[in-house]
Amino acid sequence: MNELSKIDKKTAQNILEVNNIEAVYNHVILVLKGVSLNVKKGGITTLLGGNGAGKTTTLKSISNLLASERGEVTKGSITFNNQDVHQLDPSQLVKMGVIQVMEGRHCFEHLTVEENLLTGGYTRKSNKEVKNDLERVYEYFPRLKERRTSQAGYTSGGEQQMVAIGRALMANPKMILLDEPSMGLAPQLVKQIFEIVSQINKKEGVTILLAEQNTNMALQYAEYAYILENGRVVMEGTAKSMRDNEDVKEFYLGISGEGRQSYRDFKQYRRRKRWL
Amino acid sequence: MSVELLNFIETVLNGLMSGVMYSLVALGFVLIFKASGVFNFAQGVFALFAALTLVGFQTGQIPFSHLINELFGTNLHNWYPSLHSFLAILLTIVTMIILAWLVERLVLRHLVNQEPIILFMATIGLAFVLEGVGDLMWGSDVKVLDVGIPSGGSIWLEEATIGWASEGSEYYGMYIDVLNVWATIIAVILVTALALFSQYTKTGRALRAVADDHQAALSVGISLRSIWILVWGISGFIAMVAGIMWGTESGVQFSLSLIALKALPVLILGGFTSIPGAIIGGLLIGVGEKLAEIYIGGLLDIGAIENWFAYVLALVFLLFRPQGLFGDKIIERV
Repeated sequence: MNELSKIDKKTAQNILEVNNIEAVYNHVILVLKGVSLNVKKGGITTLLGGNGAGKTTTLKSISNLLASERGEVTKGSITFNNQDVHQLDPSQLVKMGVIQVMEGRHCFEHLTVEENLLTGGYTRKSNKEVKNDLERVYEYFPRLKERRTSQAGYTSGGEQQMVAIGRALMANPKMILLDEPSMGLAPQLVKQIFEIVSQINKKEGVTILLAEQNTNMALQYAEYAYILENGRVVMEGTAKSMRDNEDVKEFYLGISGEGRQSYRDFKQYRRRKRWL
Repeated sequence: MSVELLNFIETVLNGLMSGVMYSLVALGFVLIFKASGVFNFAQGVFALFAALTLVGFQTGQIPFSHLINELFGTNLHNWYPSLHSFLAILLTIVTMIILAWLVERLVLRHLVNQEPIILFMATIGLAFVLEGVGDLMWGSDVKVLDVGIPSGGSIWLEEATIGWASEGSEYYGMYIDVLNVWATIIAVILVTALALFSQYTKTGRALRAVADDHQAALSVGISLRSIWILVWGISGFIAMVAGIMWGTESGVQFSLSLIALKALPVLILGGFTSIPGAIIGGLLIGVGEKLAEIYIGGLLDIGAIENWFAYVLALVFLLFRPQGLFGDKIIERV
């Protein structure tokens, strides 16, 4: 096999490649200090890490919502389907097939559920396709069909999350950047949402990049995982290898091997063993 | 009917109609406030600028002619003797859209995601700049605006109502300015069109989405810039309509830009975020003012209540219902 076809094969697999990006807010606050990740086409890739690790910023760098928050990507490159998407407007990206579901749901509160979903199809040309997609979204979320005429602001947190995901689906995306769908939801509901996301991934072939704090849940559904800390990728691997990794167990899943440990030991362990 | 009752009806009707004028101005504020979260201090100047431009186009005045004459010693004044009102209005609409585009391009674009107070200050700056540019372009003399809308008291109504009073009483018929009737008709059409547009079209829906949540609107691929240009264009158009009405009534001059001040109490009453609120607020203020002038004024034997009544009413509202009658309820789930 020659060199060229090797590259072709590699890039055919990756729908999104993020190379060593740095993101800065307000020209001074450096949030991402060189993040690289590859997202395989058709799969669920997850981005793990604690508060302030840079998960949301990474997603916003990709969707370029960063620009409206006075942030910018200063270094590195982002390619989607082998195209440089680094400086594109969010609306151009949505047309290309990349859409972000923001953390905290961000429904249009004073619009009805159905109007919310329809706004998701804003970039679409054909009205007929939008109508079909609306029915499709209602199939995934039957609950939304019941509540189609109620104002989104008055629906429950779970329903709002469904609206947000359904709204993204209305844009007919190739890839959804899903930012913490589990935020503020009951465990039962989180499971339900993840099931639907995984169905959407399988049936629609939509690639999903999922930022999550609920490590346990994310690792159950994702195929590949990255762990961010302090604006850097500190670990990556298949979801299975992550689940079996002692450090991940200790720091993110809250399971430690040898029963109770004293706090002093824990601190020493942490000091001794660093990931950077 | 007794003369008192007829007088009361006349006062209310006149109040309603001058209220429509207030509503028109307030409407421009509400639209911009909803879509870009800015209290547009320049709305009044927009109305002035639109009216000036309209007169300028109508009389074929060359923009900046005073300046050019002063600099080059030329004696330019007019392109052409006069232009049909309809064409002049069209040209003015185009100008207002260009103005909206410039505002987005030069002001708003650079202030995305800034504090509301910073945007507000930017619009104050815009008001001053536009005032100066308007003066420079079209001259600062008081101009007469006539686009063919009839004005003056309705003789027909006067004659029709003169017989309504009971026999033997002194009554000379109702007085209603035809201009106000026209203003009402135009405002009703305008508001209906706007309501239908924002409720039933895709762009209208996007407009409401932007009003609700900028970030989310961006994330689904709505371009904030085009929505802003659209909204500022629409309020430029409304400013023009208001400018025509007020300009026809009292001439086009600097004081036209002060109608913005009259819109403030209307907004406080109706709520900054509600289109129906702007209309009903305007009507309430209009009627309240006229009734207060006649009845409270008559009772206490003081005049010019009309001038401050609206502000006192606004103050009362600020104390007891700061979001106004129809302002967005802050949706809180518990």
